[in-house]
Amino acid sequence: MTRESWINVAALAVLLGVPLWALMADEPFIITLATRAAIFALAGVGLNLALGTGGLVSLGHAAFFGIGGYAMGILASHAQSYALIMEAPFLIEGTKSMPVIWLVAMVTSALAALAIGALSLRTSGVYFIMITLAFGQMIYYFAISWPAYGGEDGLSIYVRNEFPGLNTLVPMQFFCLCFAILCLALLLMNAIHKSAFGLALSAARQNETRVLSVGMKPFHLRLVAFVISGAVTGLAGALFADLNRFVSPTMLSWQMSGEIIIFIIIGGVGRLFGPVIGAMIFILLEHTLGGLSEFWHVYLGALLLGIVLFAKGGVIGALAGREKAHD
Amino acid sequence: MLNGLQFGVMLFLMSAGLTLVFGVMGLINLAHGSLYMIGAFAAAAVAAATGSFVLALMASLAAAALAGALIELTIIRRLYDRDHLDQVLATFALILIFSEGTRWMFGSFPLFLDVPPMLAGPVTLPGGIEYPAYRLSIIVIGLLVAVGMFALINRTRVGIRIRAGEADREMIAALGVDIAKLYTFVFALGAALAGFAGALVGAIQSVQVGMGEPVLILAFVVIVIGGIGSIKGAFVGALLVGITDTMGRFLLPQIFALFLEPSAAVSVGSALASMLIYILMAGVLVFRPRGLYGVA
Repeated sequence: MTRESWINVAALAVLLGVPLWALMADEPFIITLATRAAIFALAGVGLNLALGTGGLVSLGHAAFFGIGGYAMGILASHAQSYALIMEAPFLIEGTKSMPVIWLVAMVTSALAALAIGALSLRTSGVYFIMITLAFGQMIYYFAISWPAYGGEDGLSIYVRNEFPGLNTLVPMQFFCLCFAILCLALLLMNAIHKSAFGLALSAARQNETRVLSVGMKPFHLRLVAFVISGAVTGLAGALFADLNRFVSPTMLSWQMSGEIIIFIIIGGVGRLFGPVIGAMIFILLEHTLGGLSEFWHVYLGALLLGIVLFAKGGVIGALAGREKAHD
Repeated sequence: MLNGLQFGVMLFLMSAGLTLVFGVMGLINLAHGSLYMIGAFAAAAVAAATGSFVLALMASLAAAALAGALIELTIIRRLYDRDHLDQVLATFALILIFSEGTRWMFGSFPLFLDVPPMLAGPVTLPGGIEYPAYRLSIIVIGLLVAVGMFALINRTRVGIRIRAGEADREMIAALGVDIAKLYTFVFALGAALAGFAGALVGAIQSVQVGMGEPVLILAFVVIVIGGIGSIKGAFVGALLVGITDTMGRFLLPQIFALFLEPSAAVSVGSALASMLIYILMAGVLVFRPRGLYGVA
């Protein structure tokens, strides 16, 4: 095993161990914090496929995070008011079943990613950054000015949705659910990395001309990566909405996109477990610094600046060295 | 229509600096919105202390230019050779620092900047339309700045150097131009324009933390439409975005009211109006992926 895989195992062990300890010590709040970390990590894992492997700096991933959240919010709010979403041409009812909600969240955010990706991937570099940011903002303003689902105030769901065989209102059980999904997503990403598709995607980032010359289309590779990435982030959004039992346009805001990128940067770009470690550190910082000072974002900004300027590769990069660096 | 023009002119002040910094240094600066905010806060603070609007405007220029030069010298300078992801992150970090710093200094409550009494009333335009004098003067000032920018870039020695820096950085350094100083100057100039825009708008809206980012994103839309690095593109794009947005907000609900019931028309209309400029951007991208005046 390389040093990086030891670090990965340790990260998962900490993420699982802390809530177990909290369960023993009867600190349900800490379990909730760990759940947040797991969900943020999942969102980061989604973005990491586009950003790390594909080299696509998307500043609009909050759009997919929020769409996932709203998919949950809309389905569950209809279920709790027993109102149909739509009668014609198909009969669609609200639902409180998590697997169904997850599926809907992933499909809708994948479709959104397909539309946004198809337009934005016509460009590259700085244009791509600005355009994803602008499309994210478009959906944000749409959510604010569309009054049917709460508009600016957001949408509250009274009871957490159900998963067959579990009582999701028990913090530990909901954590285990999120943790299991995170592990599945990590396995999926690992498989993608090793697949022919993942290698081609990585190659398209490193040298587009060569990929073209062997007859592959970088545009298609990137679009597929962008869609998968959007779907995973959308799933994280649905879980996050379920954790808070609340959806609001804040989930769609561009600060959220920035935060998802921060998870990846703190942990290490293009590393499989980068977002996991990054999200854990972010939650830890938010909790400790947020307790010390109301203005903890100043320290976060300074830390981020330090990492960007002096410690490229994030925490994993610093710990694991260059032995299995990405390029 | 005139409100759209005023909004467009203000967007131009923002995007001119942004597009200049990108064109010359190849840097994407998310913290541009923070400079806009700094200008507005400086103006509000000076206006509260002295009561003079002119002094407030000068303070906004000075404060934003100073802040711009400072971050260029300490941080931005290190980012020119980095990839765009690093630039995005470092300037995002600057936003966090600036926003929280301002909140710490001035508190979370919005400040208000009064319109100078001389410009407070309405003026009657040819054609008999009444229009606030202050908004009209923003349009005039903005157009003057636009003309000034064209003259600066196309007619002066500094302008020649800026354009040369855009075309070939190594070459003009080899010709003995102090490229580092030139970059600091361009960055401070862009910052001053942003701060100035912030102060002008501060008198119409409230001055508060986080006021810069929505404008920043609109400025991005403007640049994408106009083409990166082009002042002319920024000007045309800004007017296009300003007018589309203002007219859309006004007209779309009315158009929908023709065939929908009133409450539905307002909600559909306003929701669509908020998306209109992004749809415009998507449209431009489909036909001109490099923007209207971008170089291929």
